[in-house]
Amino acid sequence: MNSGVNAKQDREVNAQLVASSTTANSSLRVDGVTAAELDAKGVHAWFGDRLVLQDINLVMERTKVTALIGPSGCGKSTFLRILNRMHEIVPSASLAGEVHLDGEDIYDPSQRAATVRRHIGMVFQRPNPFPAMTVRENVLSGLRFNRIKSKFKDEIVEEALTKAGLWNEVKDRQKDLGGALSGGQQQRLCIARALAVKPAVLLMDEPCSALDPGSTLRIEQTVKEISHEVTVVIVTHNMQQAHRVSDKTAFFLAQDGNPGYIVEAGETQEIFDNPKDPRTADYVQGRFG
Amino acid sequence: MTDILVEQEPGTAPPKVASPKIIKRIRPREFKPSDVLILLLSIAASFSILWIIFAQLTLLNGALGFVMLWIPTFLFLYWFVNRQMFTRQVAVDRLIGALVTLGAGIMMLPLVLLTIFVFQRGLPLLSWSVLTHTQQGVVYTSTTGNNIGGVAHALVGTIEQVGIAAALGIPAAVLTALFINEVGGRFTKSVRVVVTAMSGTPAIVAGVFIYSIWVTRFHYSGFAGALALAIILLPTVTRGTEEVLKIVHNDLREAAIALAAPEWRTVWSVVLPTARSGLITSVLLGVAVSIGETAPLIMTIFGNQVMNANPFSGPQMALSLLSYKQIKLPIQSQINLGYTSALVLFILVFSIFIMARVLGAQRTKGNGGLIAKIGKVLSRTSTADVSLIGEDSGHEREEVVPHE
Repeated sequence: MNSGVNAKQDREVNAQLVASSTTANSSLRVDGVTAAELDAKGVHAWFGDRLVLQDINLVMERTKVTALIGPSGCGKSTFLRILNRMHEIVPSASLAGEVHLDGEDIYDPSQRAATVRRHIGMVFQRPNPFPAMTVRENVLSGLRFNRIKSKFKDEIVEEALTKAGLWNEVKDRQKDLGGALSGGQQQRLCIARALAVKPAVLLMDEPCSALDPGSTLRIEQTVKEISHEVTVVIVTHNMQQAHRVSDKTAFFLAQDGNPGYIVEAGETQEIFDNPKDPRTADYVQGRFG
Repeated sequence: MTDILVEQEPGTAPPKVASPKIIKRIRPREFKPSDVLILLLSIAASFSILWIIFAQLTLLNGALGFVMLWIPTFLFLYWFVNRQMFTRQVAVDRLIGALVTLGAGIMMLPLVLLTIFVFQRGLPLLSWSVLTHTQQGVVYTSTTGNNIGGVAHALVGTIEQVGIAAALGIPAAVLTALFINEVGGRFTKSVRVVVTAMSGTPAIVAGVFIYSIWVTRFHYSGFAGALALAIILLPTVTRGTEEVLKIVHNDLREAAIALAAPEWRTVWSVVLPTARSGLITSVLLGVAVSIGETAPLIMTIFGNQVMNANPFSGPQMALSLLSYKQIKLPIQSQINLGYTSALVLFILVFSIFIMARVLGAQRTKGNGGLIAKIGKVLSRTSTADVSLIGEDSGHEREEVVPHE
């Protein structure tokens, strides 16, 4: 395993490659080296004075899919947003603890939030392509926001859309506005948009909850495919989905207004087939929640 | 499955109908020709009944009173006939429909009358000569057939003053709205209160203010007028822009932030383009409000009779101020020129409006303009991949069907 410094260098090199590659293929070949390990240590979270997450410790392994499950209001999404520093944009929010991206604390004062977010991408619950941008501009928006210049925009667009399983459907519609796609396509466009900046980790906050079963299946396939080159953390309310797509599962719980915590985390197979905690068993078998 | 999602064209035969019998289609809210007849007859009958009562039996007169009574009579009759012929629900539905339509009509009435009035009074004098001449050398005597001059100096003045006011006021207004809505912080509330207070300030106060701080030192000029107009324009555009920015869904801001966009990038590349069409509307509103102002101009541009194209030196004229001055003159031809000046102002506002609409609409539907749009429609095929059709996400139905 790389040390944190090396991994960071890898990512910088990667960004450079995206920025200034001289052949079409070199910007595509760096796949697989980008994925990173994410390690949350003693994470607490507050909104105002209300503690919503207590002492979360979780390792999200490189190139694995980690599912966060649990009833509504248990802090899964808050935890996910802490992982790419989106929690702090809520004015009343505060937190404690450390989150290490390949050994480096993303909350270290020397870290820029924007840099962290470039390495740790996010897909939201509701598909949110930029409505004033075309499909192509949506995919390239991350590059534009970060002022990364590239001669190989066509290749980047094709690669990102292919990874998101959308290329065949939209290759002739690249000049349509993002909002003109169907809901499922919009969500895959959002995945493509997140992948275009080559993140090390992709966070997904209930990405299928607004979609029909067909689109959900398609997104799940996409998740499986991209997990070879990017670490995926996915929040889901759908037990079967967690079972289908994830390698690891963490079960969150918050009872009677108390802060959320992790009841049990481990291999998905273990959590679903042989949970150690009776509450986990109750939840995954649908007895509550 | 495609048939469920794609609405059937009226002309195409429905697929695989077991028996060839004709299916009777129901449109519960259809307004049939017979309903139009009911409507027209109700109008006529209510007029006739009221005429008998109003003019023949009670010997009242006066058009206003007649109309005021005619409306409720019509509404009652319309409701009654529908009640007799159909059900209570239909009658109430039609009654409310008529009421709302009537309300909209009454609201439109002043606008229509105003437009007709301005055109009626202003159009006869409108000519190339009026548009290209100033009031230079015009002698205000009662001799008819005299040289009446023109509005060119006022047109130039208005365009310069409003142009400068917009150049100063609109960026400031948009920045203020961005501060209130996007940046936030401790002063958000106080800034909003100030803007609200400003929008309630009488326009003349803006004029007095600029007079006391600017005109007393630098004398009358078009630029002083522009400053006063900018003060009037600022709160309108700020409030409008703020409302428009509120509509931009927070999901989009979060999406941009999650893509590591700096705050200014989020605003510039995501929020403003998304709000584009509403933004143009609020800017237009501000320009329209300021272009018709007269009171603050009296104290800032003063008005003159000759062409002064330099807004930074000496008195200027404006169309609104010219109207005001002309209409007070005791000479009919000069009064008429005042109406022509108002008409020119009217047309100016209207053309600005249309221009902005055309510019603003360019990117709201598809990219690449009309030709690309036509090409898109032509390339549409019916082989939709049904399994990939997601929920309707609030866009037009035709857009939801994916292309192959």
